[in-house]
Amino acid sequence: MTGLLTVPSRVTGATRRLHVGLSLAWLFIGLLVLAALVPDLLAPQPPDAVDPAIALSTPSWDHVFGTDELGRDVYSRIVHGARFSLGIGLGSTAIALALGVLLGVVSATAGRVADSVITWFTNVFLAFPGLLLALLVVAILGPGTLNVIIAIGLSSVPGFTRLTRGQALVVRDSGYVRAAITLGQRKPAIYLRHLLPNALPPLLLFATLYLGAAIVAGSALSFLGLGPQAPTPEWGSMLADGQDFLDVVWHITVIPGLVVTLAVISFTVAGRDLRRRFEGRLPDAVR
Amino acid sequence: MTTARRLLGRLVLALLVVLGAATVAFAAIHLTPGDPVRAILGTSGPSQQLIDQVRAELNLDKPLTVQYGLYVRNVLTGDFGESYQLQQPVVRLIGEQIGASVQLALSALALALLVSVVLAVATAGRRPALRRISGVVELLTISTPNFWVAVLLLTVFSFKLHWFPVIAGHGVSGLVLPAVALALGMVGMFTQVLREGMERALGEPFVLSSRARGSSETTVRVRHALRHAVVPLVTLSGWTVGALLSGAVVIEMVFNRPGIGRTLATAIANKDLPVVSGVVVIAAVVFTVVNFLVDVLYRVMDPRVGRFSR
Repeated sequence: MTGLLTVPSRVTGATRRLHVGLSLAWLFIGLLVLAALVPDLLAPQPPDAVDPAIALSTPSWDHVFGTDELGRDVYSRIVHGARFSLGIGLGSTAIALALGVLLGVVSATAGRVADSVITWFTNVFLAFPGLLLALLVVAILGPGTLNVIIAIGLSSVPGFTRLTRGQALVVRDSGYVRAAITLGQRKPAIYLRHLLPNALPPLLLFATLYLGAAIVAGSALSFLGLGPQAPTPEWGSMLADGQDFLDVVWHITVIPGLVVTLAVISFTVAGRDLRRRFEGRLPDAVR
Repeated sequence: MTTARRLLGRLVLALLVVLGAATVAFAAIHLTPGDPVRAILGTSGPSQQLIDQVRAELNLDKPLTVQYGLYVRNVLTGDFGESYQLQQPVVRLIGEQIGASVQLALSALALALLVSVVLAVATAGRRPALRRISGVVELLTISTPNFWVAVLLLTVFSFKLHWFPVIAGHGVSGLVLPAVALALGMVGMFTQVLREGMERALGEPFVLSSRARGSSETTVRVRHALRHAVVPLVTLSGWTVGALLSGAVVIEMVFNRPGIGRTLATAIANKDLPVVSGVVVIAAVVFTVVNFLVDVLYRVMDPRVGRFSR
């Protein structure tokens, strides 16, 4: 697609700009991980210190992101909330990956009956919009951090199952697996030693890209009041709390939303870069 | 012949999906801890006689398999039971709300399509700088959570500028911000698919031949390239319906708009399982019907589909 007249310097310019964006994305992910692991390092102020005297104050040097309706420091709450928002994203992705891989490998290797049953269930559940399925699970389990993780995780299993099945089928019919069968190795050993390690990398890649979506879904459920309950500083619920004060101050709602957005953009940019590096070694499904 | 068989297969799958949805909904009602009778009558001292009476009315005294059969039969005839909270038939509740949601969804869809077509026609195959702008717009609109966009729009246009009402009423002015918020998430996805399709089409011989006949750039882009790019867009329809349905839940909550999404969110908070199940089953039906129709439409639009792939 690139024209014949493309000037080389322009190409390098584009790559450099790309690297700046990529570095910023990884930097932000690093900060998020740091905030999730050791929040006190980044925000010495406690996230739940109430001070009515300074309630709803706009950003200043003392409180860079301002304070909320109870006078709690918004910056501190965002840093301490990273643990919940990232945790929900990681936890649900882990559930979806684990169950999806299990079902996908079983579907691809355990014979026709298992394959038809699993494929049928996958198709049925893929027919539900993801968030709707998660909402249904929350309706059954009730609100809460763990329940939101389970809900988003379960609602994402069908996608991972379909991808794993496709991957596993490719590997199952590959030369080296046939060779292993011819050499008389037992099937479980082959699946564990050859099939899984070869089917896994694209799935992990898909999981990275998926992480951003899981974080948004988590904050959306929290925003609806179905996630971690007050006074947990989860980003989505902070945003929802601030909504009642929109006519007075903007920062309680705008800043947590900005952080969610930056997190999603960072994971998307980083995931796309990883995908680009693996390009050619992946099936079309990971797109 | 093969097309007919494939469509029949799709139809069977569609019916199974609806049946699956009904099954999940039934399971949801019965898996949930707590007694539905208590949920209807309240916990404060209804007599045992009344409890038994309601239990019998709801068929809760029958074995689970019989209850399941009755539930599926009711769903197939369009009866989703009564709301625990509002003591009204779920069908009527949803019927009252669905119009507002359809209005919102269609406006958002139209807006998203309009913006993405303009963006794609303007930027496909152009200079790198222009394409990069389009790429950034795509990334931003895909990554930005719609509830945040909604709150931002509300802050700027309702609270600061007072252009639109804070509580969305029934008029057009109350529809603008919710539709924009809902449309924005789709713009990125649509533009990306349209632009890729157009760039592919712009490299085809028929574009060259049209140019050789002296067609202007706009004619080439709109009459030829765009038409080819619309076909892959159709495959996104499943994703689109999903995005509209889940988006409606959040957007209707933020703008305090009536609609099926807000009904669902409220029902979940109140553990009103018949309403939740009803909305989920209807969503699955809408989703399946749209996908089925699109599959048919896709074959009509592009006769190559299905002829070469088994």
